[in-house]
This record gives sequence, structure tokens and C-alpha cells, in this order.
Amino acid sequence: MISHMFLQAYWWIIISLLAGLLVFLMFVQGGQSMIFSLPKTELQKAMLVNAMGRKWGFTFTTLVTFGGAFFASFPLFYSVSFGGAYWMWIAILFSFIIQAVAYEYRSKPSNVLGQKTFDTFLFINGSLGPFLIGTVVGTFFTGSQFSLNELNQVKWGTPWHGLEALLNVRNLALGLAVLFLARTNGLLYLMNTVDDDDLFERSRRKLSMDSISFLVFFLFFVIVLLLSEGFAYDRATGTVSMEKFKYLHNLLQMPLVMVIFLAGVISVLYGIGAALFKAKRSAIWYTGAGTILAVMALFFIAGFNGTAFYPSVSDPGSSLTIDKASSSFFTLKTMMYVSFFVPFVIAYIWYAWKAINRKKITGDEIMKGRHLY
Amino acid sequence: MFESFDLSLVDWSRAQFALTAVYHWLFVPLTLGLSFIIAIMETIYVRTGNEEWKRMTKFWMTLFGINFAIGVATGLILEFEFGTNWSNYSWFVGDIFGAPLAIEGILAFFLESTFVAVMFFGWEKISKRAHLISTWLVAIGANLSALWILVANAWMQNPVGMVFNPETARNEMISFWEVLFNEVAVSKFLHTISSGFLLGSMFVVGISAYYLLKNREILLAKRSILIAGIFGLLSSLLVIYTGDISARTLAKAQPMKFAAFEALYEGKERAGLVAVGVLRESDRKIGDKAVNDFVFRIEIPGFLSVMTGGSPETFVPGISDLVNGNPERGLLSVSEKMERGRIARDLLIEYKEARKINDTEIAESIAATFRDRKFNEEFFRYFGYASIDKPEEVIPGVKVSFYTFHVMVMLGFLFILIFSLALLFLFRGTLRKNKWFLWIALFSILLPYVASELGWVLAEMGRQPWIIQDLMPVTTAVTHVSTGSVITTFILFAVLFTILLIAEVSIMIRQIKIGPKN
Repeated sequence: MISHMFLQAYWWIIISLLAGLLVFLMFVQGGQSMIFSLPKTELQKAMLVNAMGRKWGFTFTTLVTFGGAFFASFPLFYSVSFGGAYWMWIAILFSFIIQAVAYEYRSKPSNVLGQKTFDTFLFINGSLGPFLIGTVVGTFFTGSQFSLNELNQVKWGTPWHGLEALLNVRNLALGLAVLFLARTNGLLYLMNTVDDDDLFERSRRKLSMDSISFLVFFLFFVIVLLLSEGFAYDRATGTVSMEKFKYLHNLLQMPLVMVIFLAGVISVLYGIGAALFKAKRSAIWYTGAGTILAVMALFFIAGFNGTAFYPSVSDPGSSLTIDKASSSFFTLKTMMYVSFFVPFVIAYIWYAWKAINRKKITGDEIMKGRHLY
Repeated sequence: MFESFDLSLVDWSRAQFALTAVYHWLFVPLTLGLSFIIAIMETIYVRTGNEEWKRMTKFWMTLFGINFAIGVATGLILEFEFGTNWSNYSWFVGDIFGAPLAIEGILAFFLESTFVAVMFFGWEKISKRAHLISTWLVAIGANLSALWILVANAWMQNPVGMVFNPETARNEMISFWEVLFNEVAVSKFLHTISSGFLLGSMFVVGISAYYLLKNREILLAKRSILIAGIFGLLSSLLVIYTGDISARTLAKAQPMKFAAFEALYEGKERAGLVAVGVLRESDRKIGDKAVNDFVFRIEIPGFLSVMTGGSPETFVPGISDLVNGNPERGLLSVSEKMERGRIARDLLIEYKEARKINDTEIAESIAATFRDRKFNEEFFRYFGYASIDKPEEVIPGVKVSFYTFHVMVMLGFLFILIFSLALLFLFRGTLRKNKWFLWIALFSILLPYVASELGWVLAEMGRQPWIIQDLMPVTTAVTHVSTGSVITTFILFAVLFTILLIAEVSIMIRQIKIGPKN
């Protein structure tokens, strides 16, 4: 028998998977953030933009689906976080809106704003997008200030409506970790997909700084997280209280999550090392898979084992848990049937990805200019 | 517990939603229509192997890409705006409303965006046949996206398939099929996609006319007019047909909107359909809202009754009947509905009180009442009326509804004429001689945009004050942020979207002038 609890967990896993995919696919943003610093020539810049430009749609669609799936499965999160952390989400959305047109319009004649502006759009989205998304996810652990009334309507506790998350060091650390991870993945993707020796070497040289930055911020975040208090949820009484070392306990009490987490981190590290020391072109697949696993594990730690995944520091009782924030049994079950299509979706994405990447991007191809960004 | 928000916050939130939706809708219909036209052209290319068809396909595809990018950009905000600006709404109905949005992402948008990439970058990398399938999948994906979004919208117009849960204080889905096959959803979907096909066709015909005027690309232009002319003519007939069905479902689901767009105040049998009319505010009032009189009108006698119920004897309720009630016709007055809505609301408050003092027995019995069918039909369905202060508040803008509807319908018939003429001249071989027509065709590109946007203005403004028909007025649905924040984001979106629109139009015009590549 399928229970409501089972479905809540099932959907939290799907949300975690989408989050993992989103962070991995933000290699596109990572690449964009280096548009002014990595390429030496216009041709290299064109190669960078076209390598990322053929993939931006996947990231974007994943973001939209992430929003939709979160709405359908945990509508209380959707109404509380989007409505409450208003400015934070608006900033994130803004950065993605300007991205969507930038690729298509940057090199078209009569584009009014000029290529430089559209490239700046790409840079803004590339830097702010991953950083702000990481910061918001930070609040899954550090909490926000809000309260819910009897009708589950949200009242946000600060006039900054989400921007206050930027004042918290742990949120910032996660934001920066996600940004530098995106950049690391962006570099590795370029090394994999562009056939240009000079760009390859430049990417590899840049990789050391970005991957070390990632590691510093990531380790800082994880260590502080494991040592910190967490928001524990007692399903029987429906109360939320503070528990010391809550997230460390979650890891220890859910060995499978620990395994996923370690596998993810090791895989990311292996990929980085292989690219740095062995110039391995396929490194992106190791860091990519590792990214997905590590992010999923972080979401599991945030939501499973009696934990409030979107805590309120000002009114812990209002904290959101997967139990309290979820859709009804019926809706989750209906959506579970829909989710059975996901492997099919992944299969055709895989097909499309391979079809487009069959040949590496070369300077020659860019010069000939078929459909170009 | 039940808060109605500051009106300026509500108005600005609505303004922002309207702004972003209107902008988004400038680009969606072209995607819906042009994707199919491109797929048809590519099919002919694959069947015949004629390179000219490939060149045509690629040319229209370039224009498709320019439009698609900005459509995607402007669509993103809509996915999240229910949360950012309508958070109370999002919780109240998220259990139902979220599902179609999620399904749109998983089943449709991924299909569309994945194969758009293949469509643009797959030439020469995959087989002709695989490429053709990708192009068709783009068209299908785009239209499936529209399906799920319209299912969501239709639910707001005609909420079905759910029951209210007092514990969570929200509506919960009990039948997915009722939500999907909601009468309003079906007619809305067909009407909307056919209008997109029409718009895409007019776009192709108009630009082809431009080439003929310039004596360029004669073959490409004529072939394009052939495809888009036929597709457009069929679509415009379908638009009229589905529009008629939409109106009929509306008469049942949203009689007030129906009465408003005909400016019908006094209900009657043998009600005539106003073909053309001009309205003026009179001295008579319903509550504090002035009644609009016709300064002038041309009417098709009895037709409104026929449209509504299939026979001239059908009674069509007017705005007065709907506000003041009409016991003979079994219509409740708004004050009666307000009364019933308050009973439902008070019961919810009672439930919450019982919960507070842990009186499970009372709480359980109230919860059972909320599940009771009779209670739902007689009381809960008027839940939103509890937040209405004066009966006349439920009258939408009559002038807006009337004019948007009538201009839209007139344009709808005009399109049939334009497509017919295009095909007639094409088959007679006199297209290039009839320069006047080519000019008309060129400037007609704008008209379906007008008609399409008016359709949405009617659909959304015609149902005010409701965000969910009879269940929730806009005043209780907004997010609790400061009005200043919403004004700021409104301005940000207005500026950004306007700049992007200017860039898009400029790029589009330039690409049209450059023409297809050799």
C-alpha cells in the first residue's frame, strides 16, 4: 500500500533530483560568468558562447520544471518562499530572463542593445544565477523569518523579503560554493566539447583557482553545517525544536545518504583532479554526476529524518516540513503517475544531447557559421 | 483571519500580472502556429527532396527562433508569479493548480525545448527523417505546453474536481480527469491553439506579401502563401467554431461574464446578439455602479438565446438578474450568495476554534460537513462571496468586456476573408497584380495579435473580481508584500520587457529584410 508518507518522500526525492540536475546544468551559467575573462580572441569567445548556447535551454527548462514540480508537490513551500523571499526570487528570475534572449540576439544584426550588452546579460546571469540560488538553498538550513496563520498564509518577518539571506555567512558560503562549482563544471564542459588547444589550456589553467575556491567554500559550509544546530520535527506532535548536531545526526542515521554524499563529493574531486593532473577530457562526467549526487544528499539531509526543510527562525512552529507542506495524497499519487514519464524524458534528452554533440565545436565550424549565437 | 488587502497592493499585483502575461502572449501564439507551418514545410521537403522547400523551412525557422527566445524569457516569470505575488491563492488551490504547471514542465516544455535544440543544431548531424520528427515534436510540445497552462487557467474560471479541507485550509483535488476535461478547459484549449495557428498563418502570409511587393523570393513567397493560406483559412474557421463553443460553456460557467460582454442587463428569452454597438453610461444604477445603455446597436434577433441554449426560447440571464436574483428562473441574488458564503466561512472559523481547544468531536463533524456534497453545492461554492462587501462588486467592467469581445469577433470574421482572398488570388495567379491586397496582407499581421490579446483581456477582466470563480476574489489572494515593492518590480518588468520587445522586433524586421540564405 502506498501511503501519504511514502509519496511525500518520493516527491522529495524527485525535487532533490531536479535540484541536483539544475546545479549540474548550471555549468552553462558557470561558462557564461567567464565570458569576459576566459577567451583570448573573439573566435574563442564565440566558441565558448556556442558551446554553452546549445545547452542553455536544458538548464532553463529544468529551472521551470523545478518550480512547477515544487508547486505541485509542496505547494506550501511555493507560496511561502516565493511570496515571502520575494526580492530574492525576483532577482533570480530577472537574471534568467535576460539570459534567455541573450544567446539568440547577441550576434544578430540590428539587435538594438549591441553585443556587449547581451554578453553582459550572460555574465550577470552566469554569476548571479548560481550564487543566488545557492544562497536561497542555504536558507533551507539556516532558516528565514516568517510565520503562518491558521489559514497557512505567510507573513514575512523582514522588510527585505529574502535579501536578508545575503547577510548570513553560511548562506553566502553555499552561494559561492555553487557559483564556483558551476564555473568548475563550465570549464570542464568546455574542455570536453570544444576542439581548440589554446582554449583547452586556458581552461585548465583557470580550473585550479575555481576548483580550489569551490572546495574552500564548500568545506566551510559543510563543516559548519555538521557542527550546527538543526530544526528537528516531531511528526507525532507536529512540533519543531532545535537539536544540536541535527544535520550530522541525519548523515549518521541515514547511512545511504552518507554514501550518496561521499560518492558525490569523491566523484567531483576525482573529476577535478583528473582534469588538472591528467588533462582528462571526460572529467565533466565525473564532476557532473558527483554534483547531482552531492546536491541530492544535501536535500535529503534538509528534508528527511524528521527535519524541517524550510525552517522559520522567528516562529519555529511555522517551519515547513515535507509532511506539512505537501500536497494531498490524491494529488501526490496522480503526480507520481506523471513522474513515471521522467525516464522517458531523460532518454530523449540523452538522445538530443548526443545528436548535437556528435562533433566537437571547432573554430572552423564557427567561421562557417550555420546556426550561430 | 480573513484579510482583504490594501486595494493599491491588489491593483498593482494585478497590473504586474497583466503586464507580464500580455507580453508573454505577444510571443506564444506565433510559436504555436509557426511551429506547425514549419513542420509542414519540412515534411514536403523530406517527401520531395526539393532544396527550395528546405531553404523555406530554414528561413521561417530563423524567425521562429527569434520569437521563441523571448517567449521563453517572458514565460519564466509567469511560472513563479503565482507564488511571488499571489501566495495566498497559491496555497488555497496549490493542491490542484500546481499539478498542471508541473506536468507542463515535465511532459511538454522539456519536449519542446529539447527538440528546438535538435531542430536548430541537428541539420547534417542526424538523418533527414530524425530531423523532421524533431521539428514535429517541437510543434507538438509547444501546443501541449499550451494545453496544460490552459487547463490551469480554465480551472480558475470553472473550479471543478476538488473538495475543501478545513484542516489545511485549502482545496484538494479529488478528480484529475474532471480538472483535465473541464468543459471550459477543452473549449479554451481548442480556441486558443487555433487562434495561434491563425496568427502564425497571417504572419507567414503577410511577410510573403512583403516579398511579392518587393519582387523578391517569388517562389518562396507563393509557396508560403499556399501553405499558410490553407492552414490559416482552416484555422480561422476553427477559431469561429471553437469561439462559439467557448461562449456556450461560458454562459453556463460564468453567466456574469457572458452577460457583461453582451452588455445585457435585463435577462430575456429571444435575446438578440449585438453585432455592433456603442455603449454609454446611463443614470440608472445597480448599487453604485452605473448601467450602460446602447447609444446605437445592430442586433441579430434571437441569436444570443440560440447560441446559449440552442433555441430562441432559451432564457439568457442579464446582469440585473444575476445581481438581484430571479426566483422564477432559479437565480440566487448576490446578497443571498454572500449570506451562504459567510455561513461556509463561519463554519471554517468554528473549525479552527474547535481545533484550538482540542475539541475533536466538533472538529470532525465540521470536517465531514465540508466533505458533504450538498453543503458544497449550496454553501461552499459561494465561499468567495464572504469577502464581498456590496453585491455590485461582482459586476465586471461591462464596457471593457463588451468592446474586447466585439472587436475580437469582428476581426475573427475578417481573417476568413483575408485568407480566402489570398488563396483566390494565388490560384488565379493574380497575387502580384493586386498590390492593394498585398499591402493589406502585410499590415494584417498585426490584427491577430490584437484579437488574441483582446481575448485574454476579456477572459481575465470579464471574470473580475474573481481569481477563482465564486471561491476567491483577487482581494484576498495577493502576497503580503509592500505596495512599493510591487510597484518597483512592475516598473522593472515594464522597462525590461519593453526593451527586449524593441530588440526583438528590430531583429525580426532586419532578418525579414535580409531574407532567406542561399
